[in-house]
Amino acid sequence: MNPLLNALLVLVLALNLFMLGTSRILTVIRMVTLQGILLGVMPLLVHEHAGLSAALASAAAIILKGIVIPFMFIRAMRDVQIKREVEPLIGFLPSMLLGALATGFALVFAAKLPLVGEHTTPLLVPASLSTMFIGFILLTTRAKAITQAMGYLVLENGIFLFGLMLVDAMPLIVELGVLLDVFVGIFIICIIVNHVNRAFSSLDTRRLATLKE
Amino acid sequence: MNAALIGIPLLTALLAALLPSDRMRPWLLPATALIHFGLTLKAVFFPEQTAFSKWLVLDPAARPVLLLISLLFLVISFYTVAYLRYRKERPNRVFCACLLSCLGTMSLVTWSNHLGVMWVAIETTALSTAPLIYFNHNPRSIEATWKYLLIGSVGIAMALLGSFFLAYASLHSGMEPSLLLNKLLLDAPTLSKPWLHAAFVLMLVGYGTKMGLAPMHTWKPDAYGAAPGAVGALLAGGVTSCAFLCILRIYHICQASGDGPYIAPILLFMGLLSMVMAGIFMVGQQDYKRMLAYSSVEHMGILIFGLGLGAPALFGTFLHLINNGLTKGVLFLSAANIHRSYDSTTTAVVRGALRRVPWSATLFLLGFFAITGSPPFGPFISEFSILNAGVSSGHFVSSGLFLLFLLVIFIGMGATVLNVVQGRAPENAPTTPYREGIATIAPPLILMLLVLLLGLCIPSPLCNLLRDAAHFLEVTP
Repeated sequence: MNPLLNALLVLVLALNLFMLGTSRILTVIRMVTLQGILLGVMPLLVHEHAGLSAALASAAAIILKGIVIPFMFIRAMRDVQIKREVEPLIGFLPSMLLGALATGFALVFAAKLPLVGEHTTPLLVPASLSTMFIGFILLTTRAKAITQAMGYLVLENGIFLFGLMLVDAMPLIVELGVLLDVFVGIFIICIIVNHVNRAFSSLDTRRLATLKE
Repeated sequence: MNAALIGIPLLTALLAALLPSDRMRPWLLPATALIHFGLTLKAVFFPEQTAFSKWLVLDPAARPVLLLISLLFLVISFYTVAYLRYRKERPNRVFCACLLSCLGTMSLVTWSNHLGVMWVAIETTALSTAPLIYFNHNPRSIEATWKYLLIGSVGIAMALLGSFFLAYASLHSGMEPSLLLNKLLLDAPTLSKPWLHAAFVLMLVGYGTKMGLAPMHTWKPDAYGAAPGAVGALLAGGVTSCAFLCILRIYHICQASGDGPYIAPILLFMGLLSMVMAGIFMVGQQDYKRMLAYSSVEHMGILIFGLGLGAPALFGTFLHLINNGLTKGVLFLSAANIHRSYDSTTTAVVRGALRRVPWSATLFLLGFFAITGSPPFGPFISEFSILNAGVSSGHFVSSGLFLLFLLVIFIGMGATVLNVVQGRAPENAPTTPYREGIATIAPPLILMLLVLLLGLCIPSPLCNLLRDAAHFLEVTP
């Protein structure tokens, strides 16, 4: 395994915590972008002899998660004219602490998992678990539709990290299909975000509560 | 030849997106559906070449599902042409294109022999149905689409993680990691157990969200309530069946690995939980479209319950898959007619449908009797067969609860349905230009006749098909 990989994974973990701590949506978008680019580089580092398919998957991930999706987020944010996340269910500092706790738990839990020998040293598994937790925290505690969409992307990033150990099982075409689905999903979500704003004069998903028993 | 089943709908979806005329475009649906159905009949009943590549194989378990979605789509496509004539005020470009691409990706789910391809296919199905739920562009449909997308995406992400865990299970036991179904089935006995169990739970939760199993069903009443009836029929009969097929895959792998006793109680519990949740929300339900959504939750529960009983109930479960899909078509399409006629879905306004729209109301009532398992309709046979398997395999408590929940649901659903069809429409009930015609009555009527036929006798080719499917899941390669 490449020593650079662990350094990048530590960066990913730090980004996770920063994401939870800020109220400015633009900052969250930037961090998700950076995380996407870091993740995009990793397929090249995981394998000693990275072939053409790893390079292609890596390029596609960087283009989509580093350029296209952030661009969509920024446009959606500009269209609905919001800058800050207000009144999250759990405050910014407490959610950051919760995130740190989740990361610690991920480290302890990953050490107990029955892993293949070569996967015990890099931080891949704990980083993957922690990123998924952070995605869940963003999804469930933030009120703005656009931040929830970013939570989904972070959750997906966590799963992507786990998938790095299994590159042989995922042919290139499937990997590209997964990326494309994530992209289209976020694309549709961004369109809906705009419509939510127009129909409800707010991006607060707590207002989406007409349909219930 | 077989790639055409997936390729043709995707191509016509593209065509629909390019065609400029809102009046002509809907006819692409029945045209595509007819070709698709013809090819499906050939692929299902005369399989000469079942493997298109190592990733795309139509195995016996997938054949009934492919047959169901193709048949259901055929009927729905004709109904949609008539429906869109009543909704001239809304552009239908996105609607038609998404319906067609949904057919293509649902076919891909049935063909995929690689769990990664299967995941991509089912996620694309979900994404292409989101604009369908959003068709009406009102606050209700926005809210429904938002919940559908977010809950569905998170659920399906869990399924992807589950697929990765499965690949890791083979890596952990020293094999080349793979997500090819054939290979996983062969390697099943040596898969690492902890990873396999985690994969099973995650995939059950993930694909269960798509299916609408309780407690991940919360998007379902909103989405089915806000979507046009034809879309509701496609979701409740087609998309959920595809998600069920995905759960069948992991069930099959667990069975092959000798983990049947581990997963059976989980499946039984999830099945009964869905039935009881559906029962609770169906009693006193004011909105008849939401009621149909809870009925769908219930029947997904029945399917999972059948799976939990294992080999003796598999034939009944496959039969119930077909019966549920067809009957849901009857219910959603006739409910859509009633909705058109009253412009409302609450029983406060919608009463006396038998007087205003006699054909639709009769079909709605018959559909209710069928779906709750009354003889002589198809679901009676399949539910009875599942119950029979439960009792004969010694699951007395579960089978007793199964029967009890069916009874509660019959009473709860009956109250709402009778409110809709009986009595007189209130004075202030809005009137709409909708009048019953052959174009909106024939599709649910045909489905109703098929449901009746399945209750009286199961045609032998279909019987063989279901027997093969059940047999395929019983034996380990």
